[in-house]
Amino acid sequence: MATTTAPPEKPVKVVEPGSGTGSRTTRLLGLACLVGVAVLMVFAFALTEADLVQQDVVRMIYIHVPSAIAGYTGFVITAIASVMVLWKKSMWWDIVAVAGAEIGLLFTGLMLATGVIWGRPTWNTWWEWGDVRLMTALMLFLVYVGYLAYRRVVPSADVRARRSAIIALVGVINVPIVNRSVEWWASRTLHQQSSLSDGKLEDLTLFTLAMGFVVFAMVFAWMLIHRFRIGWLELQADTVGLQAAMAERRAQMEADIDDAVAHPGVSEPIEGGSA
Amino acid sequence: MREVWAVAGKDLRIEMRSKVVASQVLPFAVIVLVLFGLALDADRGTLRSFTPGLFWVTVLFVAILTIQRSVSIETASSAFEALRLSGTAGWKIFAGKALAVAAQLLAIEAVMLLGVVVLYRSSFEDPVLVVTAALAATMAIATAGSLYGVLAVGMGVRDTILPMLLLPILAPVLVAATRAFDDGLSTAAVNGWAWCSLLACFALLYAIVGGVAYAVVLEDA
Amino acid sequence: MDIAVEVDRAVVLLDRFPALAELDLTLPTGSVSLVQGPNGAGKTTLLRLLAGLATLDSGSARVLGFDVATQRRQVRASVGMLSPDAMLYEDLSILENLTFWAALGRHETDSVDAALERVGMTSVADQSVRSLSTGQRRRAALAAVAVRRPRLWLLDEPHAGLDQAGRTIVDDLVSDAIRAGATVIVASHELDRVRPLATHVLTVAGGVVHRAEVVNSGSGVANA
Repeated sequence: MATTTAPPEKPVKVVEPGSGTGSRTTRLLGLACLVGVAVLMVFAFALTEADLVQQDVVRMIYIHVPSAIAGYTGFVITAIASVMVLWKKSMWWDIVAVAGAEIGLLFTGLMLATGVIWGRPTWNTWWEWGDVRLMTALMLFLVYVGYLAYRRVVPSADVRARRSAIIALVGVINVPIVNRSVEWWASRTLHQQSSLSDGKLEDLTLFTLAMGFVVFAMVFAWMLIHRFRIGWLELQADTVGLQAAMAERRAQMEADIDDAVAHPGVSEPIEGGSA
Repeated sequence: MREVWAVAGKDLRIEMRSKVVASQVLPFAVIVLVLFGLALDADRGTLRSFTPGLFWVTVLFVAILTIQRSVSIETASSAFEALRLSGTAGWKIFAGKALAVAAQLLAIEAVMLLGVVVLYRSSFEDPVLVVTAALAATMAIATAGSLYGVLAVGMGVRDTILPMLLLPILAPVLVAATRAFDDGLSTAAVNGWAWCSLLACFALLYAIVGGVAYAVVLEDA
Repeated sequence: MDIAVEVDRAVVLLDRFPALAELDLTLPTGSVSLVQGPNGAGKTTLLRLLAGLATLDSGSARVLGFDVATQRRQVRASVGMLSPDAMLYEDLSILENLTFWAALGRHETDSVDAALERVGMTSVADQSVRSLSTGQRRRAALAAVAVRRPRLWLLDEPHAGLDQAGRTIVDDLVSDAIRAGATVIVASHELDRVRPLATHVLTVAGGVVHRAEVVNSGSGVANA
């Protein structure tokens, strides 16, 4: 009746030892990502027109908006996986959680960087304190930096899984509070309202942006699969090590018994003073 | 509730005996207030207009130390193991620890308020608002802090990981408490009571989450 | 006879090291077991597992009818563990410590007085733990276990650091516990001290119970 975490129960197709984390499907996906990014660049920088007001800076949105969505998707995955860690007590979901957080952090970083660069010519400032989305993204970014830092210092795997799940979920429930506080605090926002809904975008721009979503989704999936497989292999490496450790432990038991037979009547060294 | 008061009373009694917070953390708070004065050109009214922000940044620093002390009480003599063995419900221990932290923070804040009146020439235009905001913000800090404090238990590097984890979470509390004080000290025209309600929501949320999460951590081996 | 402790192929990993490697153990209620074995055999980990303080990585363990993996709180509430760390607050007096633990366990305060008297610490009850000697701390820790009136006593090296009178106190507490119907497990290197009380002698080596002998069955109450 194994109720606790290791080894994972869920049957998952795992790559052969020694073949790395790639498989035929992921190699194809990786190739598609490379081609997709190249095509996206062509559309973003050559085929689409510069904006009348924002000029060439507008091209940043082809990276900025998909990054934002990919970043938040990563954190949503981490949040769902964290719920599952606490509920099902499974290490499988813990690997998903850390994969989501690492990739989410990467894309959130990309979003913040592109946003800052875009803000300089458009808002005439690198950083706008009063902007709700900027502040919320930054806070979420910092929370997940803490999450990943925390994971590095917890020694025991299943304690780490549960406690970091708590941190991830607290980070998520904190988002609406940050949002509310910054909104009241700023009471004005510079952030461009969603450009998608007002129907002003041209067809080609819209198409390029849609392509950005698809390409980023593919890159996201490719990274997630590989990061998960790395985590899975790490877990398996632990399990392999465990069998060796168990064998060693049994050998040690026999050695102790042999010792006792060889020197009957000799009791163990007594600790803590005179008997 | 008997267990809640037992835990809170125990922590406060230990503080009465050891005076770690009174003799180390409280002077630290005053020193930070003085340093702000030195750094921010004390003559030009800057201090007075920045009082709310400086006050709450100082409280956050003080809270880190107070929470670390609250954690080390349990880890110093493996008492945390004994708390686990007691079979007491997690939320009761959490509530007791958070109440003790809140009581100590409130005492320090009282001294600090006196400090800003004397050092920064601040005046309380709305004392009721100031006290309410301080109470709500302190409960928010104590609940979130006690939760993150227990998450750092059992880690060799807990002194460095705690601020990293806790301070980003407390950013909205800093914003809300500062704004509420802006109203209470008349340093800016805002609606302080709305901010107080945000603080109360935060405190309530973290009280609930902390109680649940504490049980998870306590159950762990 | 009722079963107090039932462990089946238990594996406990401490940072990937199998401190317990598929350990099996069954002990009846009211038994007094002496756990012996070399350093690093897994004695302390066994006691911690039974106290609900260790993560079971595979296998199963039931203590007093509760599952240590899923019913930890019930397990913890019904055992009393004496560990090498005193588990007492240094800045509080012995009396304050015991009263606190009694309050958490919802025990009456008269159990505090009784426990203090049993370990012979009534006269120093108001001294802070910080001012106590190693032996006195040990006695205070024993009192903290007794206050809980546990149904399973887990004593890890109870004699370490105690003088003759202190050792007699340990034996008396064990006798009291058996009379009250509790089960006792003592991990000790001082075989001669515990053996007269023991009904079972368990030899632990390499993370398993290598040998389990039944001795003086049914005469566990005999005084040392």
